[in-house]
Amino acid sequence: MWQYTLKRLLQGVITVWFIATATFLAMHSVPGDPISGERAATEAIRANLAARYGLDKPLGEQYVIYIGNFLKGDFGISFTQQNRQVNDIIREHFPVSATLGILAVLFAALGGVLWGALTAIYRNRLPDTVIMFLVILGISVPSFVFAALGQLALVNINNFFGVSILPVAGWGTVSHMIVPALVLGMGTMAYLTRLMRSSMLEIIHSDYVRTAKAKGLPAERVFLKHQLRNAILPVVTVLGPAIAAITTGGFVVELVFAIPGLGRYFVQAVQQLDYTVIMGTTVFYGSFLVFMVILVDLLYGWIDPRVRVQ
Amino acid sequence: MSDLSSTRLVTLSADDFAPLPHRDDVHGINRPSRSYWQDAWRRLKSNRRALFSLWLILGLLAFALLGPLLWQVDPSRQDIDQISQAPGADRSAEIVPEYTAWNGSVQPGFESDAAGLRIAADANSQAVRLVWDAVPGASALRLYRNIFPIDDELAFGLPIAEFTSVEAGFYEDRLDLRPDTYYYTLVSLDQGMNLSAQYQELAVDVRRVITLDEVRERELVAPDVELALGDEVNLSFHPFGTDYLGRDILARLMSGARVSLFIGIVAPFLFVLLGVAYGSTAGFIGGKVDQIMMRIADFVVALPFLLFMILFQVVFGIGPGESGILPMLVALILLSWPATARLVRGQILQIRQEAYVSASRLLGAKNYYLVLRHMIPNTLGVILVTLTFAVPSAIFTEAFLSFIGMGVAPPTASWGSMSNEGLATMLTHPHELIFPAIFISLTVLAFNLLGDGLRDALDSRMRSLE
Repeated sequence: MWQYTLKRLLQGVITVWFIATATFLAMHSVPGDPISGERAATEAIRANLAARYGLDKPLGEQYVIYIGNFLKGDFGISFTQQNRQVNDIIREHFPVSATLGILAVLFAALGGVLWGALTAIYRNRLPDTVIMFLVILGISVPSFVFAALGQLALVNINNFFGVSILPVAGWGTVSHMIVPALVLGMGTMAYLTRLMRSSMLEIIHSDYVRTAKAKGLPAERVFLKHQLRNAILPVVTVLGPAIAAITTGGFVVELVFAIPGLGRYFVQAVQQLDYTVIMGTTVFYGSFLVFMVILVDLLYGWIDPRVRVQ
Repeated sequence: MSDLSSTRLVTLSADDFAPLPHRDDVHGINRPSRSYWQDAWRRLKSNRRALFSLWLILGLLAFALLGPLLWQVDPSRQDIDQISQAPGADRSAEIVPEYTAWNGSVQPGFESDAAGLRIAADANSQAVRLVWDAVPGASALRLYRNIFPIDDELAFGLPIAEFTSVEAGFYEDRLDLRPDTYYYTLVSLDQGMNLSAQYQELAVDVRRVITLDEVRERELVAPDVELALGDEVNLSFHPFGTDYLGRDILARLMSGARVSLFIGIVAPFLFVLLGVAYGSTAGFIGGKVDQIMMRIADFVVALPFLLFMILFQVVFGIGPGESGILPMLVALILLSWPATARLVRGQILQIRQEAYVSASRLLGAKNYYLVLRHMIPNTLGVILVTLTFAVPSAIFTEAFLSFIGMGVAPPTASWGSMSNEGLATMLTHPHELIFPAIFISLTVLAFNLLGDGLRDALDSRMRSLE
């Protein structure tokens, strides 16, 4: 297990280095000049600005400085917001995105397992048909439509009751989080439900379940111990990519619900061509996602010992 | 043949040894022999959902390709008379004379004994003419206009004019008038120009009118039709309504379909092709080369997809006049090929071990022949399924990027960018968001169902448990 963990972590580090390099190269091949704004009115101002951001050095040296700073955990200063550290921006906005993401993942995973197991148990009966119809809907409808509809529904519900039951937009309290998290997790939940259903169906017909039933175990025990636990395994494997999908999907939800998360900030930075913020956020998000996937893999190895042996 | 049962003693002649005529129907195999693809097609046809999705996809393609021939409206033309019109909205307009300046006189028929804020002439989309009596006690007046009734919170809406005289006055509102009900309020101001609680309210129903010149200019009726003042004409027809700039939504949906389906179908086709080439090369060569090639693929997989899509959009840059379709296509291909490459490599590694490949090799087949004749055809089913499932995710990606404003550049329409524009007016004009959203959802649904059907039909190992 230790060896496996170590190997995965090493792979993760190399991947992060690759992401950092790819981001660096990508950002330095952007057409145009990061400091070609009205601010750089004269040659002297230009030169000073270039020196301040280290753009006067050759590309190789810039790369070394960049990686060095990155190792120290320093992403530099924002281009558009003078004197604001990229680190501060991440520190301020990432917890918001992370909270929203964790809630959404929890919601998607719990919902997916629950609905998936239900549909498998009620196979080809009414609950199955209804849930599977909703699942197809959930897979086919883009997240921004869910976000817009969710907001529309909130407005109407609040109007109907005459009081604000849940806030329509913004951030701060738990009540702000519920609907955005639901909306964000919706697509993934639909996907996990489908996965859980087919995995559950496979297990319901397996020999050990029949044996368990034959030897007279109570139905709940068979369901929890033999069916659910085994059926969850494929769901856990896709949880890593699901976290990635949900975190980046958060951009849209943050945009629609006016949540001050890192995703919204990233989109804003891209629109304003704020180079350091774009680079810092990409590398930060990328590293985060890589280690989330590793974490899920390790978790999987812990749940299912067979994986470790391979 | 002679009747053996009735004859005990058989005398054979030479004729009995003559060969029988050849007959095909004897011992004929009743089940027709079907190739793998015929069999798959038969299975697909018996799957109602897959067949439905196939028709849906054909319909969408026809909508994108043939639609503009039938509905020849320029998707970027603005109909300034009808902005954010819902489908089926009233589009009649009465012909009135040209606008003439107003001196505050009350039009005959509109004299009223009632005091306070009132209209002085017929209120139409050319102008709303308001008059009022002296307001004692106020030091100034401010006129507001709202599209909602004034409620307890006293939200008056848009301040449109301010008057330092509190005597009887008049005002003509010509600001962006739509056929709707407007709520005007004349609020008294105190000495510090602050709002006081004293106000007069008036609800005005505005009629849509048009002048003769405008009718001719916009070609709303045939040139030879005689028109007189007071006649009703219909403004141009927009079956799906118009957007916030007065552009025809149906025409935009059609041109958006071209963009969305182009990216949704061409990008997966290209990256699957790249993935097949890469994966089959790696799988076939094997060994060190395979290891290195797959490591590279692993790195690309590890890149956070949407972040790098956005990053690439920045890197390729969208210059003026460009639509942003090409950068998106390139970015999609660059980031999406490894999944197919991995899949195909796995398949090739498996097929390489099969006996028929060894047999073929023994018979002297060259490498390229093995790959093209045995390996790729045998993975084609899996590839086709991957391709079908790649389409909805590409369409989602396009929609996502365009939605956050990083996709196609205006005025190019795509379903995603239309949804983005529709979001701003979602509360008042939901049709601007709902139509493109329905089209995205239908397309994604159709390709997902087709993918399910194809998987069931083509690959027994991947067959989903239903």
